[in-house]
Amino acid sequence: MKETKYNYSNILLRGLIEENPVFRLALSLCPAVAVTTSVKNGLLLGVAVFFVQVLSNLSGSALKAVINPKVRVPVFVLIIAVWVSVMDMVLAAYFPAVYAEIGLYVKLIVAFAIILSRMELFASKNPVLPSTTDGIGMGLGFMLAMVLTGAFRELLGSGSIFGITIIPTSPLLLAVLPAGGFFAIGLIMMLFNYIDVKRGKKLSGGGSHGGH
Amino acid sequence: MAVINKNEILVKEKLSESVTLTTSKDIDIPILIDRVQKNSDGSTLIVTKETLVPSEHYIVKDGIKTIDIQPSIFSVLFTIIIGAILINNFVFTKYLGLCVFFGVSQKKGTAIGMGITFTIVGVISGFLSWIVNNFALVPFQLAFLQIIVFIGIVAALVQAAESIIRKINPILYKNFGIYLVLITTNCIILAIPLLNASYHYGLFEALSFSMGAAIGFALALYLMSCAREKIDLAPIPPILKGLPISFILAGLFALAFLGFSGLKFM
Repeated sequence: MKETKYNYSNILLRGLIEENPVFRLALSLCPAVAVTTSVKNGLLLGVAVFFVQVLSNLSGSALKAVINPKVRVPVFVLIIAVWVSVMDMVLAAYFPAVYAEIGLYVKLIVAFAIILSRMELFASKNPVLPSTTDGIGMGLGFMLAMVLTGAFRELLGSGSIFGITIIPTSPLLLAVLPAGGFFAIGLIMMLFNYIDVKRGKKLSGGGSHGGH
Repeated sequence: MAVINKNEILVKEKLSESVTLTTSKDIDIPILIDRVQKNSDGSTLIVTKETLVPSEHYIVKDGIKTIDIQPSIFSVLFTIIIGAILINNFVFTKYLGLCVFFGVSQKKGTAIGMGITFTIVGVISGFLSWIVNNFALVPFQLAFLQIIVFIGIVAALVQAAESIIRKINPILYKNFGIYLVLITTNCIILAIPLLNASYHYGLFEALSFSMGAAIGFALALYLMSCAREKIDLAPIPPILKGLPISFILAGLFALAFLGFSGLKFM
């Protein structure tokens, strides 16, 4: 085992901005569009993904010595599926109202590319502590993306944030309709690109390489 | 037993004038009846003010007599298929499978390849999951294992299909093998069995739903690839190039698909 110094704050921040799972890596887009009609829904799914990501990274990294590399991916998928089942039952028990709306997407966390890709790219190669930190960073990055999109859509669509009315009318009903989610993500991605251009960075190859 | 035609139900039994008609879902809300016509051959024709749907399960009540009017199986299956393709298109109204959707919709050729592969795998995995769910998970009260079992079935099926096709038909494998691997990361393939289970579909309903969902995905993929091939040549601001503009395009498609939401079948 080679001795490497881990810069934990770097690992943590990377997931938040530089490699933000939704806006940068274009991974796990389905829930980002689907449940972000309000901040509350977005936040709750964000929390669910956060826990699944952290726990999967933790257990994946802890078990990497006993997992045969040939069957690594299937085993990782099973680990994720176990934690997702746990989160699914916890949410169904404690937040039944919100769960009724986002339940399907909680179950589908299993198929989120971001969790498997972090396990495969990071947790399978690094010790437990950095892996957990990486999970926390990526989880927080996903949560940030969900809350950001949720706030944008809820403010425009129903004129409120967290159910508290800010604008008395609903300025743009389109934002909470199915189509609004696509527009919101597209515009926020554009904003991220715009910030990049302003900071003098080059755009990464047009960003046309959709992840999966 | 009973024939439904737009706003008429023909029941092969003698009924009185005070008959009530409801759907099986809302047994407390009666459907307004225009008139009840007794035929000479002992059957009764009920004419309603509302339009009836053949895929709906109706209940006719006359005093203590209750008659079940089962929906016609073909109209149910047809409604499920069209519903999954257009009205509840998985990509544009349920936002599932977006990662693969944006990943492989750059060229028409790849979109068609992915669409075909996905439809076949979707139907087979829907079928297998239905069997496992109804004969193993539900009878033994193991429904909480659904997520783990379904993802296992999909992964195993994709792996098996890959090895079999590679052995039997290398040319086919060269063309479609790459899409097979991508399918495991597509959430639609997992959503199909989960939704089948939560709607308590029968075998044929589950098969039609799987097929409709997969065809809906293929359709969305093809439409998007056509639009993206055009947009590649269009002069758009550099900050919008690539994914941002694709998202806005998908938003426009979603708006268009909203128009299907009022669709009903007679």
